[in-house]
Amino acid sequence: MSPRGALEVSARMPLREFELAVELAVAPGERLALAGASGAGKTTLLRIVAGLLRPAAGRVAIGEEVWLDTAAGREVPTERRCCGVVFQDYALFPTLSAWRNVAFGMNGARRERRRRAEELLDRFGVAALADARPGSLSGGERQRVALARALATEPRALLLDEPLSALDPETRRDAQRELHEIVGQLPIPVLLVTHSQEEAALLADRIAVIDRGRIVSEEALRPAADPPGR
Amino acid sequence: MRLRSGFGLLALAAAAIALVFLVLPVVAIFADVSPGRLLDALGEESVREALWLSLRTTLIAVVVVIAVGTPAAYLIGLRRFRGRALVLTAIELPLVMPPAVAGIALLAALGPNGILGGWVEDAGLELVFQTAGVVVALVFVSAPFYLRQAIAAFAALDPRLLEAARTLGAGQFRAFATVAVPSARPGLAAGLALAWGRALGEFGATLLFAGSLAGVTQTAPLAIFSEFSRPGGFDAALALSAVLILLAALILVGVKLLGADRAVEDPPGERTR
Repeated sequence: MSPRGALEVSARMPLREFELAVELAVAPGERLALAGASGAGKTTLLRIVAGLLRPAAGRVAIGEEVWLDTAAGREVPTERRCCGVVFQDYALFPTLSAWRNVAFGMNGARRERRRRAEELLDRFGVAALADARPGSLSGGERQRVALARALATEPRALLLDEPLSALDPETRRDAQRELHEIVGQLPIPVLLVTHSQEEAALLADRIAVIDRGRIVSEEALRPAADPPGR
Repeated sequence: MRLRSGFGLLALAAAAIALVFLVLPVVAIFADVSPGRLLDALGEESVREALWLSLRTTLIAVVVVIAVGTPAAYLIGLRRFRGRALVLTAIELPLVMPPAVAGIALLAALGPNGILGGWVEDAGLELVFQTAGVVVALVFVSAPFYLRQAIAAFAALDPRLLEAARTLGAGQFRAFATVAVPSARPGLAAGLALAWGRALGEFGATLLFAGSLAGVTQTAPLAIFSEFSRPGGFDAALALSAVLILLAALILVGVKLLGADRAVEDPPGERTR
């Protein structure tokens, strides 16, 4: 696994009605929830970290590695950031089976990729669905495949955009617990955005509330545990 | 929609009329041509030549249309840029252009005295009265059918799929080839069917631009007209028409099957990266 480093983000960007101006840092193994109403700039910030959006000014770094530094004119493209993203509706490739979705970011021979993809699916309890297409999976199953896919590249950081919003309330309870377990064991910085404070409280070590582009309050929920495996 | 209402019955009648009107001429051709005569017609050298030429030229034309049209449609479908509406209109213009006008336009552009005529000659290309000219005419009239559908199919893609591919390390080409094209496949196949069908039926532009030389530029539709104009040639024209209908139907069904979402997952020819 690549060396661990904290995720440090600062970004300024004019949005339609206000300016996004955020600074935050997430330690390795820490889970930071960005909570706030929709349209507060949460997803925009996530996209900036992933490299899908360039802010007017900002810096994104993971440990020693600088992904973006507008002042220095440096920008690493999304595909070379190795930043795992779980999209809001999971954005699973509809024409590919679950294992192929997971193996998409892997290198190596087909057999080896399949073996590793199945291992990951197995870890998330959906190995039996390796050959199923996303269209035939339930919301909870999709979430697990999306998580497996995002982690398959051994990313330096994991971003989750409203990871539970696509689920119905019943599935959500179980999915929330599973997500908590999986994400809690990761040795990398995890940044998740959610509009639900309750969800944030269950999944994160620390909550930052964002309103109209600014972080208005921060609260540590539990002491940032030492990342496992250290 | 309820059928047992005034409007329901009216719509039902309209659907029946449309279907009969569209199917009747096709049925009439096969009612007039016995299978024996169909085979006889296929035995004729000139008929076989025309069919083979049609098959060859349309195949080359659709390959060119797909190879150039797919990445072009991807770009136009995904990007919002100034003048996009104008570009879309320009692409659709050949759709509404009378085929004869298309032939004249191609002559004016690429003919010996056309604006690019000198350049075509310098490049050692001969188009007028040549098979290559047929392909050019076919590409011109059929490309808009493919482009229109392909642009719509790519524009309807969930942009997050492409973003997801990028976060997983895929460069632009890989995202295009492994995510965008497979997801847009039904639309691409529909466009391909229309384009191929249009190319197969092409008449006016080919005639004016490439002429109607048997074995060189006389495709099946031109051969049908040539037989039809010959005294006593109606039978041969009818038989050739029947074959052309079968061919077109075959292409339509084949391409539709290609676009259908397959239940079986593994694509043939698995790549190993």
